[in-house]
Amino acid sequence: MAEMSYRQALHDALRAEMLRDEAVFLIGEEIGVFEGSYKITAGLLAEFGPRRVRDTPISEAGFVGAAVGAAMLGLRPVVEIMTINFSLLAIDQIVNHAAKVHAMFGGQATVPLVIRTPGGGGQQLGATHSQNIEVYYAHMPGLKVVAPATPADAKGLLTAAIRDDDPVLVVENLALYNTRGEVPDGPHLVEIGTAQVTKAGRDVTVVAYSRAAAIALDVARRLEEDGISVEVVDLRSLRPLDRPTICASVRKTTRAVVLEDDWLSYGVGAEVAATIQEGAFDYLDAPVRRVAAAEVPLPYSKPLESAALPDAAALERAIRETLDGRR
Amino acid sequence: MRRRAGQGRTGEEAGEAPGAERAVPAELAGEKPEVLVGYYRQMALIRAFELRAAEMYAKARIGGYCHLNLGEEATVVGLVDALEARDYLFATYREHGYALARGVEPGRVMAELFGRATGVSGGWGGSMHLFDAARRLLGGYGIVGGQLPPATGAALAIAYRSEPGPQAEAVVCLLGDGATNTGAFHESLNLAAIWKLPIVYVCVNNGLGMGTPVEAASGEPELYRRGCSYRIVGERVDGNDPLAVRDAARRALEAAREQRQPRLLEAVSYRLRGHSVVDPARYRSREETERLRALDPLPAWRSRLIAAGILSLEEAQRIDAEAEEAVSAAVAFAEESPDPPVSELFAHAYATPVANAPRALPGDPLPTERP
Repeated sequence: MAEMSYRQALHDALRAEMLRDEAVFLIGEEIGVFEGSYKITAGLLAEFGPRRVRDTPISEAGFVGAAVGAAMLGLRPVVEIMTINFSLLAIDQIVNHAAKVHAMFGGQATVPLVIRTPGGGGQQLGATHSQNIEVYYAHMPGLKVVAPATPADAKGLLTAAIRDDDPVLVVENLALYNTRGEVPDGPHLVEIGTAQVTKAGRDVTVVAYSRAAAIALDVARRLEEDGISVEVVDLRSLRPLDRPTICASVRKTTRAVVLEDDWLSYGVGAEVAATIQEGAFDYLDAPVRRVAAAEVPLPYSKPLESAALPDAAALERAIRETLDGRR
Repeated sequence: MRRRAGQGRTGEEAGEAPGAERAVPAELAGEKPEVLVGYYRQMALIRAFELRAAEMYAKARIGGYCHLNLGEEATVVGLVDALEARDYLFATYREHGYALARGVEPGRVMAELFGRATGVSGGWGGSMHLFDAARRLLGGYGIVGGQLPPATGAALAIAYRSEPGPQAEAVVCLLGDGATNTGAFHESLNLAAIWKLPIVYVCVNNGLGMGTPVEAASGEPELYRRGCSYRIVGERVDGNDPLAVRDAARRALEAAREQRQPRLLEAVSYRLRGHSVVDPARYRSREETERLRALDPLPAWRSRLIAAGILSLEEAQRIDAEAEEAVSAAVAFAEESPDPPVSELFAHAYATPVANAPRALPGDPLPTERP
């Protein structure tokens, strides 16, 4: 184990997989000479050269689609899309091509493609650069979508994604790049499709992912001092969704709150709440609460932006209200 | 648009009176007669296959969309002959003929149109999504222009793994005239140019994107010139002449293989029928339809070979009959083939097995217990 940042964990995973497999190469905007907008790929051009670290023009449909084709011929491209907002420029290539090629051609082709991209608001980047639109992709059969919340999971899920023969979207988060945590040394894989109970508790389950999972853990630890025992389920994978882990937790605690950075309507929390009512209906002692972003384009103004985004206070209030009237 | 190409001879022009002097014209002199007759055989097979596909569609044996290569046979045959077995072909959704010319058994193509398990894509793709890994036919694609970035990436993979040279692999990416207006076209050509990729984009310009004329849709209707912005050499050829298409494709492929120069080839072609089998093409005048019939590449090529003394009328009729037989056998094969079993609905959901993969059928309860 070593303590490192989420950024460093991603970097180390990329480097280790490039050393391990000649078929792995990186492709994206400003990842080489500029060393990445968020410096995840710093130093890799110098170490591996332009064949393995390929800078692209501003051409998301072009280079994401090119990565699909390269993957069909057996390479293992790892694409960086500068932010998830720009993935919309490539959505036809992701949804109609990467996600479809394997099934649509009767299993004859595989697309061992990874797309890494950060989402997240809270940086005063305005309406078009602050979105959490991972649910667009989590909706789509043929894709796998993961969203690590910790440096260890960042390494483990990215490594698993690179070794997977299906297209995997790795949703990073701008607010997490500098967070630190213990990361296993050497090869570390986290199984895609599995959630993790990051804190055990008795009174209420909080389900979250990415930045929200980090907030949930902080809040859960703090509420422990008030005698409230919160269990935290970090989804880690949005597709497939680990429904059994969610339901097992709620059957134990009998209450659930979902914390999510995406918008409320049709969001990840809606899917989680539906899962809970189907898998733990008889156990529920309170309605499932969802704490999500206010349904507006994210504003630039700091007070407005802060008001729109879910935070620890909003989660704590929802937890306390869910526990009110406890039998 | 003034079409410089498209001057394929009509049967009336080329069909000589019996007993007329028959000299092999210069442009056929260096060709092996069996190859030229082979082109006729392939064109006849595609024609027979597509006419039968339309018939089977009308009988509801074929579902979904169904786009035919009728009128495009010369382009198909000339282009595919220019490819080596090691080359990769990405196609549009109008690709039955390309699969046949690439050597896919007609039965497996027809079975795919029928949605059967024996189809070339296992019944998962249908008419628009024919794929045969062994023949390096890397798919028909249903989204206009969508195949261009993946084809460009296939060329990137070739460049990643191997050096240029006469034995190098290359990619041919088909597209229609309509696709030249998409962003994917322009992004792909730009990437191919800056990365020096071994790819030939072949635009089959049949003059119409569904019902919209090229002149109404493209700021530069001479589509081979649309590579100029990327310094990609373009060439326009008569899509009704299999030799012109083949030779231009060979030149382009040589540049792609040996110099890593991407190329843009435009084959001027015609659609003998509507956009798809359900389109009566009422947007075309009777005169235009008559004119296109006169340019039909199949009788033109037959007449040309007969006039040159390379093919007799009897032999042509025998080839036509054999094509009909092959297509009948293909239909019989498709009819007899089983549907893919519902038990395999999730067989291709993922290539790498994954925890908690959803496998519920509509109405099934969610799996909320650990297995």
